[in-house]
Amino acid sequence: MDDIKVKINDLTLHYGTNPALKNINMEIPEKMVTAFIGPSGCGKSTFLRTLNRMNDLIDNVKIDGEVIIDGLNIYNKDIDVVNLRKKVGMIFQKSNPFAKSVYDNVAFGPRINGISQRNKLDEIVEYSLKQAAIWDEVKGRLHNSALSLSGGQQQRLCIARTLAVNPDIILMDEPASALDPISTSKIEELIHELKQQYTIIIVTHNMQQAARTSDFTAFFYLGELVEFNKTEVMFSNPAKRQTEDYISGRFG
Amino acid sequence: MNRNLKDKMVESLTGISVLLIIFIIVSILAVTIAGGWPNLNWTFLSEFPKDGMTKGGIFPAIVGTAVMTLIMAVAAVPFGVITAIYLAEYASEKSVIAKSIRFAVKTLAVVPSIIFGLFGLGFFIGFIGKNIDGIFNGGELKWGQPNILWASLTMALLTLPVVIVSVEEAIRTIPADMREASLALGATKWQTIRKVVIPGSVSGILTGTILAISRGAGEVAPILFTGAAYFLSDLPHSLSDQFMSLGYHIYIMSTQSSNVDATLPIQFATTLVLLLLTFSLNGIAVTLRYRIRKRAK
Repeated sequence: MDDIKVKINDLTLHYGTNPALKNINMEIPEKMVTAFIGPSGCGKSTFLRTLNRMNDLIDNVKIDGEVIIDGLNIYNKDIDVVNLRKKVGMIFQKSNPFAKSVYDNVAFGPRINGISQRNKLDEIVEYSLKQAAIWDEVKGRLHNSALSLSGGQQQRLCIARTLAVNPDIILMDEPASALDPISTSKIEELIHELKQQYTIIIVTHNMQQAARTSDFTAFFYLGELVEFNKTEVMFSNPAKRQTEDYISGRFG
Repeated sequence: MNRNLKDKMVESLTGISVLLIIFIIVSILAVTIAGGWPNLNWTFLSEFPKDGMTKGGIFPAIVGTAVMTLIMAVAAVPFGVITAIYLAEYASEKSVIAKSIRFAVKTLAVVPSIIFGLFGLGFFIGFIGKNIDGIFNGGELKWGQPNILWASLTMALLTLPVVIVSVEEAIRTIPADMREASLALGATKWQTIRKVVIPGSVSGILTGTILAISRGAGEVAPILFTGAAYFLSDLPHSLSDQFMSLGYHIYIMSTQSSNVDATLPIQFATTLVLLLLTFSLNGIAVTLRYRIRKRAK
């Protein structure tokens, strides 16, 4: 069987007194792509953000239960959130490169980790940009502003920036929802390449995207995990009526 | 018909207001330039006043103003930036501390400048200076009297709200997703502030600094009791020296001189210098902001 990278036990999250996630249990396999699908407000993005503790930044959030990554509960008191976030990278819905050069964007993570030798940084930047399949497009303008790139290039640059920190897990929050079809297919190809090395969890609104890119799919509805299975099973023979209705477009 | 008339009236009223403002600005400039320009020359800028201020130049007042605003900026800018970072990044909106700081900043911004002067006199000179003298100088009077340091610090208090407000505004324009991107890469909060937030607010910091300087360069009341001198035959050599300032120079020439008519050309020329100085500082602020914004794109 597949190795388990992330294990979630009885996870519940409240915004104030509103429960946004209810008693979630699941096991996410290593070096696979797991897609989270469900209608808006079902809690899939919130859930994604519990996996690198980005919800810590929001006031009034209360989390119960466990998220175990490599055997450690990341909600333990003695967990260093900074180290956790190096290990669990995140790509956001809207590409968010810094107002710095392409090079400085990718070198940001290594630099905050104390790497300052030029040749080592050069190496990391080149390797990360190649991994993110954008090297050929930007190698001639590494010192131009990242904001001069197109939307799709910016998103792949953000992926390179995350890879430069050398994470194990990459969380992607609807990474292609703001992109045109060609850029989207580039990102999807990239996801396919990256899963050789990384565990990828992707939130998506797009059923076809989930079907194309993922090995496993989890369907969320109203803060609950309704069904979680291999993607091919989910899309061909879902166990629950709700899942079938959503996937076939009867609601959502 | 009636409604149309009202519309016309409002339009004319707004137009008249604008014309009035333009008229005021143009008259100030015209009078100052007409009176000051003929007297403005290199000797005027580079010489000391002579013959009871009726002749000579304003060199020591230019130097004094420049040094005073420099010390003021060195004191006010770091303090203001740190406060703004605290307000924008650390303090929760609802916390009592943040609310009290905000209240204090707002209050500070509306305190009449003469009150700052009195405060500086009482606090810096009467309290801090006197105590320094008592403890380190055996009671000999050195710091317990007006000087350029106390005047600059008093001015720094006056301009602090300008710095805090413009820096905080700049910090708040940095989108939340920039901070999230940095934190998600494993940066600590301080690293995020240092590498993303502060570089992103450079234009705000510069704008705040230059606005503070151009405000401080023209103010007179805060330095009235804390360090400005009527006339000095020498430039200030240490922080415990008094200094001459452009604004104060205009004030004394127009009110304290024994021969106001004779000083009139000098008054105009000094006013013109002060205006040019503050205008060019504002010009630099605008240019810097524009360049930085362009570079960000």
